[in-house]
Amino acid sequence: MNAREQWVALGTIVRREVMRILRIWGQTLMPPAITMTLYFLIFGTLIGSRIGTLHGYTYMQYITPGLVMMSVITNSYGNITSSFFGAKFGRYVEEMLVSPMPPLVILGGYVAGAVLRGLLVGAIVLALSLFFTHLTVVNPWVTASSVLLASVVFSLAGFINAVYARKFDDIALVPTFVLTPLTYLGGVFYSVDQLPAPWREISHANPILYMVSAFRDGMLGAGDIALGPAYAVMLGLMLVLGWVAITLLRRGVGLRS
Amino acid sequence: MTSAPALDIRDLRKTYPNGVEALKDISLTVEAGDLFALLGPNGAGKSTLIGILSSLVNASGGEASVFGVPVQTRRSEAMALIGLVPQELNLNQFERPLDICINQAGFYGIPRRIACERAEKYLRELKLWDKAEHSARMLSGGMKRRLMIARAMMNEPRLLILDEPTAGVDIEIRRSMWQFVQGINRAGTTVILTTHYLEEAENLCRNIAIIDHGRIVEHTTMRALLAKLDVETFVLDLAAHCPDALPAPEGIALRRIDEHTVEAELPRGRDLNGLFAALSAAGIAVRSMRTKSNRLEELFVRLTAPGKEAA
Repeated sequence: MNAREQWVALGTIVRREVMRILRIWGQTLMPPAITMTLYFLIFGTLIGSRIGTLHGYTYMQYITPGLVMMSVITNSYGNITSSFFGAKFGRYVEEMLVSPMPPLVILGGYVAGAVLRGLLVGAIVLALSLFFTHLTVVNPWVTASSVLLASVVFSLAGFINAVYARKFDDIALVPTFVLTPLTYLGGVFYSVDQLPAPWREISHANPILYMVSAFRDGMLGAGDIALGPAYAVMLGLMLVLGWVAITLLRRGVGLRS
Repeated sequence: MTSAPALDIRDLRKTYPNGVEALKDISLTVEAGDLFALLGPNGAGKSTLIGILSSLVNASGGEASVFGVPVQTRRSEAMALIGLVPQELNLNQFERPLDICINQAGFYGIPRRIACERAEKYLRELKLWDKAEHSARMLSGGMKRRLMIARAMMNEPRLLILDEPTAGVDIEIRRSMWQFVQGINRAGTTVILTTHYLEEAENLCRNIAIIDHGRIVEHTTMRALLAKLDVETFVLDLAAHCPDALPAPEGIALRRIDEHTVEAELPRGRDLNGLFAALSAAGIAVRSMRTKSNRLEELFVRLTAPGKEAA
């Protein structure tokens, strides 16, 4: 396939993913909007008003970037696992496997679809937060790049999960037992500076902490971790997970006999 | 245009991780423009072979080329030449047939405008255009099979592989599918067909290979294969009820099929006078007679019978 044909193929996968997201919007866009509205109501308005300020911001303002990032991560991950595993389960992944498309185009298409859903949900959550608080964006580049990198990282992780999954339970295990705990312990609702030793140090092993911190730094200028290490972790994870995902796809693990 | 065969397989081998040897060093050639039958009992290795050709299965050894393009080393180029209609339904049930076809073309890098034109063309030819905007899950089994053919045609392949395309399809739809396949073959597409309806292979295909226990046990023209059959079978329609006890003329095997039908199997070239004399003597009147059409079935059973595994 030449470059123009690969571009057409990539656009086809992305378009199909977007159509899927919009077709089942009640499952893809609505639930995070409702869940995050409840978070804003309960943690932001009801409980947050009694907490006071963190790093000079109201609790509601402080947790909003974390909640946006949490939505982006879970929806990027969830989109690619359900879509790619669904294609495997229904065997229509073979439509792509028998085509001349190189593995990188297949991976790129699915990751782009997952990132688009993650960012769309993130934008919805951010828009909803404006009903509850006032927000500023201190550094738009850091804000945009950190949310994009986090979305790519978890899209790649979700793809690897979907490649290995043999049944639907397998794509629910990681979000339930790994992703959700890491997200809640990743500084979404608190600053790690508030944690006592050794929990503060242990928290630094959690990659989501770096993503939430960088995004919060971009929006509020109040991150827990310096931007250098945060970007190093995100870029490093993206490269490692990207290499693993493309290798699995090239070898046909879980896809070709 | 290249003069290379549509399919050239050399010493192809596949051993699955569980130790099953699905293909044992098979070699096979299909000429360009052929309508080729690949037959074999369940588990013979047909689907593994098709899987290797369509890159869904990794070969353990040997080579396979499509129009001179090696499948293993130049996968992308080879896949652009192939259209596959798999045995199992593998449609996204939530998509519309129109989108399924357009997307498939997109996976081959075909621009959307051309993809839309082709989708309409093939959905119309396969009598699915009125269902183009329905959800695929609303289609009947026969419609889904035709949709898979339309989808496989979106890259207008030079080699179309049909793995049991008419399984579970009624005779009317089956015939319309035969017409379509014959039409695209006449237009220049090489077709490889696997089927369990041996009459279908006998009527449609010019050349044939029979695979059994992972080996090619026969690879010849349909005519040459049928000529090997040293017996002929006739179907006799009786004027009255068939008696329970049939006569046993020497060298002729008579079988009761139902109350009004008897099959007679006798050596090729032998005259029928003895048969009719024996029937007349038993008081059995024959109203009409025809040659049994699925002669291939008899050969197939002989070639793949237990204990016939090739060395």
